[in-house]
Amino acid sequence: MKHIRNFCIIAHIDHGKSTLADRLLQHTGTISERQLQEQTLDDMDLERERGITIKSHAIQMEYAIDGEKYVFNLIDTPGHVDFSYEVSRSIAACEGALLIVDATQGIQAQTISNLYLALEHDLEIIPVLNKMDLDSAMPEEVTEQIVDLIGCDPDDVIPASGKTGKGVDEILKAVVERVPAPKGDPEAPLQAMIFDSVFNSFRGIIAYFRILNGTIRKNDLVKFVNTGRKYGADEIGVLKLDMEPRKELSAGDVGYIISGIKQAKEVKVGDTITLVDRPCGQAIKGFEDVKPMVFAGIYPVDTEDYEELRASLEKLQLNDASLVYEPESSAALGFGFRCGFLGMLHMEIIQERLEREFNMTVITTVPNVGYRATTTNDETFEVNNPSELPDPNHLAMVEEPYIKAQIITKSSFVGQVMSLCIDKRGNLTNQVYLTSDRVELSFDMPLGEIVFDFYDKLKTISKGYASFDYHPIGYKESKLVKLDILLNGDQVDALSALIHRDNAYDLGKRICAKLRELIPRQQFEIAIQAAIGTKVIARETVRAVRKDVTAKCYGGDITRKRKLLEKQKKGKKRMRQVGNVEIPQKAFMAVLQLD
Amino acid sequence: MAGIYIHVPFCRQACHYCDFHFSTNTKLKAQLVDAIVKEIAQRRNYLPTKSISTIYFGGGTPSLLSKDEISKILDALRSHFDVDDDAEITLEANPDDITADVLREWKSLGINRLSIGIQSFLDEQLKWMNRAHNAEEALSSVKSAQEAGISNITIDLIYGLPGLSIDEWENELARVLEMNVPHVSAYCLTVESGTALGHWVAKGKEKPIDEDAANAQFLNMVDVFSQNGLEQYEVSNFGRTEFYSQHNTSYWKGVPYLGLGPSAHSFDGKNRGWNLANNPAYIKAIEAGETPFTTETLSTTDRLNEYIMTGLRTKWGIDFQVMRERFDFDFEDQYRDVIDRIIEKGWASLTDGNLVLTRKGLFRADGIASDFFILNHED
Repeated sequence: MKHIRNFCIIAHIDHGKSTLADRLLQHTGTISERQLQEQTLDDMDLERERGITIKSHAIQMEYAIDGEKYVFNLIDTPGHVDFSYEVSRSIAACEGALLIVDATQGIQAQTISNLYLALEHDLEIIPVLNKMDLDSAMPEEVTEQIVDLIGCDPDDVIPASGKTGKGVDEILKAVVERVPAPKGDPEAPLQAMIFDSVFNSFRGIIAYFRILNGTIRKNDLVKFVNTGRKYGADEIGVLKLDMEPRKELSAGDVGYIISGIKQAKEVKVGDTITLVDRPCGQAIKGFEDVKPMVFAGIYPVDTEDYEELRASLEKLQLNDASLVYEPESSAALGFGFRCGFLGMLHMEIIQERLEREFNMTVITTVPNVGYRATTTNDETFEVNNPSELPDPNHLAMVEEPYIKAQIITKSSFVGQVMSLCIDKRGNLTNQVYLTSDRVELSFDMPLGEIVFDFYDKLKTISKGYASFDYHPIGYKESKLVKLDILLNGDQVDALSALIHRDNAYDLGKRICAKLRELIPRQQFEIAIQAAIGTKVIARETVRAVRKDVTAKCYGGDITRKRKLLEKQKKGKKRMRQVGNVEIPQKAFMAVLQLD
Repeated sequence: MAGIYIHVPFCRQACHYCDFHFSTNTKLKAQLVDAIVKEIAQRRNYLPTKSISTIYFGGGTPSLLSKDEISKILDALRSHFDVDDDAEITLEANPDDITADVLREWKSLGINRLSIGIQSFLDEQLKWMNRAHNAEEALSSVKSAQEAGISNITIDLIYGLPGLSIDEWENELARVLEMNVPHVSAYCLTVESGTALGHWVAKGKEKPIDEDAANAQFLNMVDVFSQNGLEQYEVSNFGRTEFYSQHNTSYWKGVPYLGLGPSAHSFDGKNRGWNLANNPAYIKAIEAGETPFTTETLSTTDRLNEYIMTGLRTKWGIDFQVMRERFDFDFEDQYRDVIDRIIEKGWASLTDGNLVLTRKGLFRADGIASDFFILNHED
């Protein structure tokens, strides 16, 4: 056990985590040049395209120094706020963490909150200054930030470059010297924590775990403590570039288990694996049932594809347990599903995966957070869809979820950031200067204001120099009203949104204007209205198309024109007819694109 | 049966709205004609037939070619193809190039149809468009052609011009009728990017087309022409029955054509290709014996879509029998509900197994065509 080192990487998106991880794999001979695809640890296409790791993975390396052989388990962590619970479990599986900071950019909010998580779990932090090959690197300044944060010696900070390979040796040595070997008793009852799971179409769900105490052997009968389910350990092993089966694994080891599980929801990140015959006294702390933060309706563009959409969602849920859905119906869109997501990125990923992997063309309605409504009869229930909000006459109170937002920015942008947050109904609770030039601002804000365009706006006003993280802090009562949208007098339930009363007029106007842009002209005039209850607060008109034929169509025009009409036909296929109005997919997200 | 198109990519000056391929630098004219002659030889086997029933000199401004230059091209065509004795041979000409002398020359070369680029009879509008002629030249050019014994004349008109009132337009139409030409092509002004007009509209210096005014002018024109024997046989083309453009009609009926010269498009029945739209590069390629040609194979559904798209623009509509035989596609069966819907709306009618758009339907021909499109890869 004293030759095992378990560690993770904490880094902000784009700070070069994946490239540096590749270097470690290369240097330890875990992976050959030939096998080295860019960003080896991210094996979903989508992940590679987005340049972020959506799901955490783990890989084992062997490293020899001074005649001693060490086994390293690198546990990769996702870098987006949507997946912060998964990050916390990855951190809980380690004894050390590489803190990778881009030397050209400095520390970002996401890094800090993950760093705090790591410190809470007593992880040994190895700070690494990455991208030192760039001219714009500011080693002194960024080192100072790191020293301030974790109280280390400036000499402990390792200058590195994923691109050139600089510092890789030092990092590997530091892992051996500074990260403590795991503790734990191989003879104690088995206690292993699941920190991730993946779906394999041939083998079912593969759970990744870290053993804290005890030993697991192939064919053991195991129990997952929180779900209470029992399985046979059909195969266990370690995670190299491919899975390598083992006969047994014990305290300190990181490995995988295959036990014929078909559905991802049976394997909950943070759950404890123990033996049925000799169970551990208690489960590992920190387990949470992850709850969705954002809800939206997903509907097939073609109503006939409803059953196919259900099947696709079922399959998606097999490998993404954080996706929840239940059937709902909309007067405008027919039958579909109300889905719950961890956040906006998660929602986008699901939508893209439906399109790419299942070839489903779907309409996603305006996302909303989960509200809590109390009726005049004193009944309280969750409202995950604006149209479920009780009639104003029966409504005693609406509460909406609040978050604590942490924003780190350059001091020169503090003014803009504050006015944005206040605009989004935020309440400044704290302001700390991390260095003379960097400020950490804390706000209490409604989650509903974050899910829309907050993050993009923050990036824009701070010219990219602001980072953001948040944690839920409970519900607060709020003056929310339901804003309805009517097309030619008919209410389109899928376009309704709950918004704060003070913003209703302004938003109503802007939504109507945006819809006018997004709804193509049709054979008749279309009136777009925003209303609260029966009161219309804004109106726009889409003029009728009178003529839809180009003047010329000769030898040289035919190809171009055919392609144009093909494109139009494809566009029409992506539209949904509501009443007699054809609405394009993207109009249902109009609220998100108001500027 | 097949057609040949020759693109003459030169103009004296650039019209502000035009996005066709042309150059106002005419230094390369002689070289380019030689290149076209070479291209004729190179591509003599492109068409599935040798029999040529239409030849069309378009541009650009073909009337910038000298008698010898036109003659060289026609001689080369006649030596490599079987040009029908009564083939329709059209030359596009600008009014300011038309004189009694050149008319005689063109006639002697076998040109039997003139397409005269009048566009407008209003000097102010002609100036705004940057045309080289004035209204008087427009009138006299047609007269000269008629006097020279060329009866098959078509003129081009543009409506939807900025500030053009309905009264002015009616006046224009009256003048067309007075001239007694048997064919008119009339186009709505279109704002194309990459043109001076496109630039102005993008910059806000010029307003976008006033659609309501343009539509009113179009409807007015359709009425006036049909009352005076000029039948709307295609969205933008009006003519007396025996004076329909045979060459253009071939495009709409899927007849193969060979396009020669820079930017010209060709279609051999299965593939469509287009030449480089660059005069020096075109000449260089032809001289090096290379083909300045990009080609694209049309799938059966591509060809079916094109048949629907072009057919619906014409008074013949689309023929269910042809679609069954040529494309193995049962249109009636596939689109019963859409057909019923547009007939009910008064946009189409069924005549002798053809689906033909009505005057109201022609206004929406693109939208209707795209509703009938078959997509190759559903995505």
